[in-house]
Amino acid sequence: MRYPLLLLALALLVVLLFLLSLLVGPAALGLGESLRALVTGQGEAVVLVMREIRLPRAILGLAVGAVLGISGAAMQGFLRNPLAEPGLVGVSSSAALGAVIALQTGLAASFTLALPLSALAGAAISVLLILGLAGPRGGALALILAGVAISALAAAGVALILNLSPNPFAAMEIVFWMMGSLADRSMTHVALALPFLLAGSALLLTLGRGLDALTLGEDAAEALGVRLGRVRLLLILGTALSVGAAVAVAGTVGFVGLVVPHILRPLVGARPSRLLPASALGGAAMLLAADVAVRVIAPDRDLKLGVLTAIVGSPFFLHLIWRMRRMEA
Amino acid sequence: MRVSARLSEQVGALLLAAALAAAAPAVAEAPRRVVSINLCTDQLAMMLAAPGQLLSVSHLATEPQTSAMVEEARAYPANRGQAEEVFLMHPDVVLAGTFTARQSVDLLRSLGIEVVELPPANAFSDIPDQLRTVGRALGREARAEELVAEFEADLARLKVDLPPARAAMYYPRGYTTGSGTLADAILRHTGFSNVAAELGLDGGGDLPLERLVMAQPDMIVTSSPYPGASRAEELMDHPALQAVRAEAGSVEVSDGGWICGTPAVLQALEVMGEARRNLAAVRLTELDGSR
Repeated sequence: MRYPLLLLALALLVVLLFLLSLLVGPAALGLGESLRALVTGQGEAVVLVMREIRLPRAILGLAVGAVLGISGAAMQGFLRNPLAEPGLVGVSSSAALGAVIALQTGLAASFTLALPLSALAGAAISVLLILGLAGPRGGALALILAGVAISALAAAGVALILNLSPNPFAAMEIVFWMMGSLADRSMTHVALALPFLLAGSALLLTLGRGLDALTLGEDAAEALGVRLGRVRLLLILGTALSVGAAVAVAGTVGFVGLVVPHILRPLVGARPSRLLPASALGGAAMLLAADVAVRVIAPDRDLKLGVLTAIVGSPFFLHLIWRMRRMEA
Repeated sequence: MRVSARLSEQVGALLLAAALAAAAPAVAEAPRRVVSINLCTDQLAMMLAAPGQLLSVSHLATEPQTSAMVEEARAYPANRGQAEEVFLMHPDVVLAGTFTARQSVDLLRSLGIEVVELPPANAFSDIPDQLRTVGRALGREARAEELVAEFEADLARLKVDLPPARAAMYYPRGYTTGSGTLADAILRHTGFSNVAAELGLDGGGDLPLERLVMAQPDMIVTSSPYPGASRAEELMDHPALQAVRAEAGSVEVSDGGWICGTPAVLQALEVMGEARRNLAAVRLTELDGSR
């Protein structure tokens, strides 16, 4: 498929799913009634539901999905490893640990930006650890093992802090930090996260040329004038900004960054510079679809997003491992 | 030594019981050592027990968020409902809830201790029953009858005769209580109808924020926040909920008067009755203003 056509098709899909996300919810609203309320602000309660409950949810679904897709594509491009993904290598859980620390120490209550900044710090530390442990030339095994260790440690930290919280509800929320949800998010969360999500994706999108050159190997890339140190720094910053802010408001949603680039890679001729924008759109579509699905499956309960993305994502993960094993053999 | 000490204690108790039985044959022997391991039986026991009869109450009884009798409970050592610690207090009778500490209860029974279990109350009519049940278990029937009479008089006094205003209970994580619950009875007694019951909810359950907004209640009843942070309580700051609260009346209640089928529900009835009368006053001034 021609590249602009692919982007157009993906963008259309995102627009459709965004609208669908606005129209699905536990309160049964008429199609015309709800869209009219959203646009014109006519009809008190319906306007509240549309503008303060469903709109922020749809915006976050789009933006969080987009950064998960793009950061997966960027990490895979830089490490030249199809298994690199923020959820699998522990970046998301580390961001969750940062967020939980900010919330439970009361830092987030005293200073608004503390929540995303602390999550960002957690994400940044784990990206540094991953790059250090797996290395730019590290094999799949080192990457996955490092990821397993970091995820387990960060998840244990989250569980420990929430279990020790004086708040009886905190311990129940371990599931949110592990599985992610967009339920009951508000425009406050959008305002808090969106600037970071945009800045992070903008940084990651600039990596296209460098990642293209890297497909030829590090030496060739440097010969082409790509400064690897700079690419690495931008990757760390971009991933930390976007995954940190995404996790701070939506928890950990795994596998989006794995599945989406994997599906789209053959369609863009395996060029990272093309895969980045395509994965942003693909990720947005996948998360919006998952968020519509959780509300259709269980309208009155908060079914977690990560449940659905893992059901779709794990078989992909197994398939990738199987293929890599065959290639190594 | 320990065994013989216990034995002589028991023999002493038997002799005492025999003496008492001879002196006053109509009165059954009252247990001398009572331990309560459930928040609700704690409160009933504290109201009913003779001085020195109650040895210990559960740790929840001193928790200001959940208990209606925090001050009184501070006078008793707290237990966590573990069979081991309760057994070591050598109780004659243990008071428990039917939903609490199943394994502890089974274990205590198999060790030969009498356990009296109380089911959760779902209506005001359960409260006199529970007072009488615990009164019987403690040998304090007369005191129980006094409390029942007092309770029934207060209940009648606190009835609010105003046309029902629509109230929604909205607790952290979007939890609410529908029909067939004590909370529903409290609302109906104080001039409210329950929005969750109206939406078809029976018992407790989740009420999605969207449906709460669409229901447009006249009054929102929330609980007071716990220390520490949680997403569950962050929901209370949601702009959509704030907007509903700005339109409707809103009252923050402490769980103490809402959970247990004890005369403590009178506290909740007073708070809600006042909230209902305030609502009526606000509506009247609004009407005056628009005229």
